[in-house]
Amino acid sequence: MDEIVLETRGLTKRYGDLVAVDHLDLTVRRGEVFGLLGPNGAGKTTTILMLLGLTEPTEGTVRVLGLDPVRQPLSVKARVGYLPEQLGFYENLTARENLIYTAKLNGLRREEAYRRIDEALEKIGLVEAADKPVSTFSRGMRQRLGLADVLIKKPEIIIMDEPTQGLDPGVALEFLEIIRDLKAQEITILLSSHLLHQVQAVCDRVGLFHRGRMVLEGTVEELAQQVLGGAYRIHIEVEKPHHVLEEALRRLDGVVRVEREDTRAYLVEARRDMRAEVARAVHEAGGALLSLDMELPSLDEVYARYFEQQEVNDGSAE
Amino acid sequence: MAARSEEMARVSAREGSPWTGMWAVVWKEMADNLTSVRMSILETLTVLTAIGTVYSAAQNLRSSGRDPFLFLRLFTTGREPLPAFVGFLGFLVPLIAIALAFDAINGEFNRRTISRLLSQPIYRDALLLGKFLAGLFTLALVLSTIWLIIVGLGIVTLGVPPSGEEVARLLWFLLVVIFYGGIWLSVATLFSILFRQPATAALASIAVWLFFAIFWGMIADLLTQVLAPVRVGYLEEIVRQVRLNLALSRISPNTLYVDAVLALLNPNIRSLGLVLPVQLEGAILGTPLPLDQSVLLIWPHITGLIAATILIFALGYVLFQRREIRA
Ligand SMILES: Nc1ncnc2c1ncn2[C@@H]1O[C@H](COP(=O)(O)OP(=O)(O)OP(=O)(O)O)[C@@H](O)[C@H]1O
Ligand SMILES: [Mg+2]
Repeated sequence: MDEIVLETRGLTKRYGDLVAVDHLDLTVRRGEVFGLLGPNGAGKTTTILMLLGLTEPTEGTVRVLGLDPVRQPLSVKARVGYLPEQLGFYENLTARENLIYTAKLNGLRREEAYRRIDEALEKIGLVEAADKPVSTFSRGMRQRLGLADVLIKKPEIIIMDEPTQGLDPGVALEFLEIIRDLKAQEITILLSSHLLHQVQAVCDRVGLFHRGRMVLEGTVEELAQQVLGGAYRIHIEVEKPHHVLEEALRRLDGVVRVEREDTRAYLVEARRDMRAEVARAVHEAGGALLSLDMELPSLDEVYARYFEQQEVNDGSAE
Repeated sequence: MAARSEEMARVSAREGSPWTGMWAVVWKEMADNLTSVRMSILETLTVLTAIGTVYSAAQNLRSSGRDPFLFLRLFTTGREPLPAFVGFLGFLVPLIAIALAFDAINGEFNRRTISRLLSQPIYRDALLLGKFLAGLFTLALVLSTIWLIIVGLGIVTLGVPPSGEEVARLLWFLLVVIFYGGIWLSVATLFSILFRQPATAALASIAVWLFFAIFWGMIADLLTQVLAPVRVGYLEEIVRQVRLNLALSRISPNTLYVDAVLALLNPNIRSLGLVLPVQLEGAILGTPLPLDQSVLLIWPHITGLIAATILIFALGYVLFQRREIRA
C-alpha cells in the first residue's frame, strides 16, 4: 500500500516563455486515487503527458513504477493506461476492431487479446454495441470504449484526463463506480477533472494546480482545514438561543467559529468531528438541542474560497 | 552542440527495438488502404487504363510482324492521341501514392487517435515506418495485380507467351515503378506531417509532382543556358551543355522513371546519356542490349530513386519526432 508508483521531482515544462508546469513535486502510492484539479491552462494535461513520456520535460525527473518514461517508454506505456482528454477512434472500424488494434500494438497474442476484449466490453457494458462502427456511438459510449481500451492492457496505473466530462449524471456515476472497482483491485489512478464533487467522491487525495504549480495537496479534509480553517461544519438547532450557550460553544477547544444562522440555528465550524462535544456543551449550558447535523467539507467550497483569496492577494500585490 | 550530442546519446539509449509493434501498424493500415473508397476509384481507373492502352497497343502490334520483344511493346506503344501505358503510369502512380499517404499522420491528429496510439508501447518510428511500408505494400500489390492483368491480356491478344527475357525485363520494370511510387509516398507522408489539413498536404504533394512533371524540364533548360552557354560552338562547349542539361533534368523523379523504364522495355536503347560518335565505334547499331547491361545502365536511376525516398522519409521522421502530440 505504500510503494511509490508515481514520483516527480522539480518537474518543469516550458513552452518558450510560458511555464506550463513549474517545479512539480508529486508522489502517488500504489492503490491510491489521486485527483488533479485546477482551472483551464493550469498544466494538468502537460503534467500527464510528461508522466507518460509523450512530452519531454524541460527540467526535473519523473519516475513511473521506478522507470524513466523518457528512457524506458515501452515498459512504462505497457504498464500504464491513458485515457486522453481528446479521445478519438477509427470511425469506420467497430468497437471491437478498435480494441483489437490496441491489443496488437501491445503485443498480445490473439486468444489472450480476444479474452481480454470480451472481459473489458463486459465490464464497461458495451457488449451489444461491440460490433457496430464507432461512427454510430454517442459520447458516453465513446468514453466507455476509451476505458475498455485502457483496461485490455491490464495496467497497474491508469491516468485519465477529464474522464467524466460531457457524460450524463447516470453514466458519470457508473464511471465513478468503475473507478472504485479498479481501486479495489490495487490499481493506482490519477485523474484530472473540473467536476469537484465527483473528484471528492472517488479521490483519496487531490492536488490543486494553479499556473503550473501544485498549490495545495492532501485529502479533502486537509485542504478544507488549510483553506477554510474549520473544515467540519456542524449545524445545530436549539430551543432557546442564548448568548451563554454561544459563549460555551466558542470556548470549546477545536471550534473555529460560531455563527447565528437563524432564529434558532447556529453554525459551528470546527477542526475535527466535534458533534459529541457540541451536544454536551449545549446540554451543560442549559439548552435543549432540537437537531444536530454535520456537513462534510466540500471541495467546491475549498476551490472557490482558494481562488477568492488568491484574487484578493493578487489585488493587494499590485 | 552539447545539447545535440546529449540528445543523440539519449535516443541511442532507448530501450527495446524501435520497430516494436510496427507490423501491427502495417497490417491495420494495409487493411484500411485496400478497403478505402479512394483506393477502389484509383484501382478501377488504373485497370481501365491498362485494358484500354494494352488493347489498342495490341491492335497496332498484330500487324507489325516479327519483333523479338513484341510483348514489351504492349507497354510502350501508344495510339494517338493516347500515350502508352507507361506514360499513363507516370502520373497514375504518383496519384495513387499521394492518395495513400497524404493523410497518414495528420489524419491521426484530426481523428484524435494520435495520443491513444502513442500511449501504447510503440515508438513513433514504428508508426511512421509502418504507415510507409503499408503504403508501399499496397502499391506493390495493386501494381502487381495490374501487371498480371496486362500480361494475361497480352497472351490472349497477341497469341504468344512472353519470352524469359521479356518476363525478366517486365519484372524489373515492375520494381522500378514501385520505387517510383515510393518517392511520392514519402513526399506525401512528409506533407502529412508538415500540414495539419489533409487537403493542404494533398495539394502540396500534387504541386510538387506537377512542378517536376511540367515545369522542371523548362527550368532545367533555362538553367543550362545560363550556366553553360554555347558561345563559340566548340564541341566541348556543346558537350558540356548537354551533360549539364541531362544532370539537371535527372533531379526530377519523373525523368528518372521515364529513362529507366524506357531502357528496360526497349533493349535497343544503348545509352541514356550523350553518345559521341567515338563511343559508338565497335558497337553494332541495332543489336539489343542484354538485360544485365540494361540494368547496369539504369542502376544509377534506381539508386537515385531509393536514395531520394530515404532522404525525404528521414526528413519527415525528424519532424515527426519533434512534433508535440497534443491535438
Ligand atoms: N504545445 C504547446 N505549445 C505552447 N503552449 C502550450 C502547448 N501545450 C500547452 N501549452 C500551454 O501550457 C499551459 C498548460 O496547458 P494544459 O493543457 O496542461 O492545461 P490544463 O490544466 O490541462 O487545462 P484544461 O483544464 O483546459 O485542460 C496552457 O497555458 C497552454 O496554453
Ligand atoms: Mg487539460
